[in-house]
Amino acid sequence: MKKIKCYNYKIDKNDFVNAGKVSSEIKKNLKKIGFTNRIIRRIAVISYEGEMNIIIHSEGGEIDFEIYEDKIILKINDKGPGIDDVNLAMTEGYSTAPSEIRELGFGAGMGLPNINNCSDNFNITSSKNGTKIESTICLE
Amino acid sequence: MKIRDIKDILKAKIYTGEECYDKQIQGVFASDLMSDVLTTEFFEDKSILVSGLNNPQVIRTAEMLDIDAVLLVRGKVPTEETIAMAKDNEMVLMSTNYNMYNACGILYSKGIKGLSNEKNKVL
Repeated sequence: MKKIKCYNYKIDKNDFVNAGKVSSEIKKNLKKIGFTNRIIRRIAVISYEGEMNIIIHSEGGEIDFEIYEDKIILKINDKGPGIDDVNLAMTEGYSTAPSEIRELGFGAGMGLPNINNCSDNFNITSSKNGTKIESTICLE
Repeated sequence: MKIRDIKDILKAKIYTGEECYDKQIQGVFASDLMSDVLTTEFFEDKSILVSGLNNPQVIRTAEMLDIDAVLLVRGKVPTEETIAMAKDNEMVLMSTNYNMYNACGILYSKGIKGLSNEKNKVL
């Protein structure tokens, strides 16, 4: 299926000042293109949780955002250190985030489950070199 | 209920979005944990987020879900950065001296129900 548009956003580790900026930009782009609010909200949640995960847990990473005729794919990739136990990390409420992250309102152990719940297809792989998430939202 | 009425019954101070006073609010979500808010993808227009979290992430979270207004509890005073972000997003930002339990109780007693996703739906 033909790729219509593609965006790439770099995200720095510990960049709490700009946390959410990428997702805000993605959301504004989607609004301009004219997707439904429901689709936009799902993508915004995926992107925002992914962005926060990169900022909180990784050495930095990026989000690739690809729009096709029939779907949208978000690739959320970071540079490590990886997730020790992916199954555990997918459990609602499980978190390794330190207390200062909880003070920001995150680290409740809902990030990956939220991404999964908002995706039609969800894939995650993780090694010490990085975590790769691919989330697909179908448009039909 | 209009935002104007919520402001009055909770004796709230408005920081941004006075031009939205006449917007109708139909649902509330209350939490200090932003990932809990993000579990609820069923926000429609006309919703308000009640939170004790006083930082820009509360506005970002509301922005992601098209929430119209953020109500801070326990008299929290938002930072300049938080106010600026709310303004940029044309969002109402207000603060009440009530604690979260009482603020929500008052809104509930006036007929505004909580928002939830299908999985966590409570009758």
